[in-house]
Amino acid sequence: MVRSPVHIAALIAASLACSAHADELVPYTIVGDSIPQSLTGAPGDAARGRALVLARTTTCILCHSGPFPETRFQGDLAPDLTGAGNRWSASQLRLRLVDASRFNAETIMPSYYRNDGLVRVGRNFAGKPILSAAEIEDIVAFLATLRD
Amino acid sequence: MIFWRAIAAAILLVTAPALLAGEIPPDARRSGYSFMGPDTRAMQDDDTSNPGMLFVLDGEALWSKKTGDAGKACADCHGDARSGMKGVAARYPAFDKALARPVTLDQRINLCRANHQQATPLPYESRDLLALSAYVAHQSRGISIAAGDDPQLKPFVDQGRDLFMQREGQLNLACTNCHDDNFDKRLAGAPITQAQPTGYPLYRLEWQTLGSIERRLRSCMSGVRAQAYDYGSPELVALELYLMSRARGLPMETPAVRP
Repeated sequence: MVRSPVHIAALIAASLACSAHADELVPYTIVGDSIPQSLTGAPGDAARGRALVLARTTTCILCHSGPFPETRFQGDLAPDLTGAGNRWSASQLRLRLVDASRFNAETIMPSYYRNDGLVRVGRNFAGKPILSAAEIEDIVAFLATLRD
Repeated sequence: MIFWRAIAAAILLVTAPALLAGEIPPDARRSGYSFMGPDTRAMQDDDTSNPGMLFVLDGEALWSKKTGDAGKACADCHGDARSGMKGVAARYPAFDKALARPVTLDQRINLCRANHQQATPLPYESRDLLALSAYVAHQSRGISIAAGDDPQLKPFVDQGRDLFMQREGQLNLACTNCHDDNFDKRLAGAPITQAQPTGYPLYRLEWQTLGSIERRLRSCMSGVRAQAYDYGSPELVALELYLMSRARGLPMETPAVRP
């Protein structure tokens, strides 16, 4: 079957739209020091969030320590996560993960849900946030359970 | 009296090399050696257990080996490296008049091969280049680092400093965020050093081989998920130059051992 040029162009346009969509961030609304609404529209899964915090690829544990007796290699560049759920609400935790630089422009904590305004991003990471919306929600759900 | 003291203090402030915010004062500069455990220190200290010394020995053999169409060895021009090369690596990267830019020790070795030995350049991180570089730098062991003095180097030192301070990559971190502001803390359990390049090329246990400072810089860049600069790029040379000028006064340790 021979496809018409228009048909092919439409396919290309559709695939471009899809790949562009994959890199697009979910819009969110900041209220005060919080993002009250879940980025996915659903609550995260705390068990998955705990696994994510401990996975080196999310980078959390490189700088933070926390109540994770099974992990020897924890960082001390950033506050201990123990009691994070006492100190912050889920909405506050969400904004801190999405864009910590909003609270302190000099912070070393990356903005985990951002994909622009960055310099020389590696090819495999260009245009992508460090964490997906779903991963952020899982981590927020887990951190909110960290109560003394 | 207080008036004169104030004037003296003002003169000191004006004449002392300007430290930018966050930069480590000279008397607080520490080699990566001081951040290591006793086992790794002992491995570096004992030449019979320091794996970098195998490369130094290889480099010694290459130094007197004739190569290239000119059929010349390094030793044919430079003589005994133990005297002729003493202190040289402590002043690298150095300004090359013909190229009008700084060159690293690796680049100097390859310039010598091209211009005087008519030999092909040795690839970056190849065993022979690391061995020659280690042998030459080893002749400076114990000598204070004195790179970056040449006034012609100033714009390149400045470029290196700017790169050191520039946040980059998906994690949006600059070298200075860890190595000026957070040394002695732990990243995933491992101590963060001041990034003083006292022992390159050095044997890294993680690599299981000798490696150059450029390899180390590229590895940090990948760590912050940035696009690493190519080997020999002006940016990596400028960073090496800035780091060496920042390590002024610290003794050379080549071949160092690091975790």
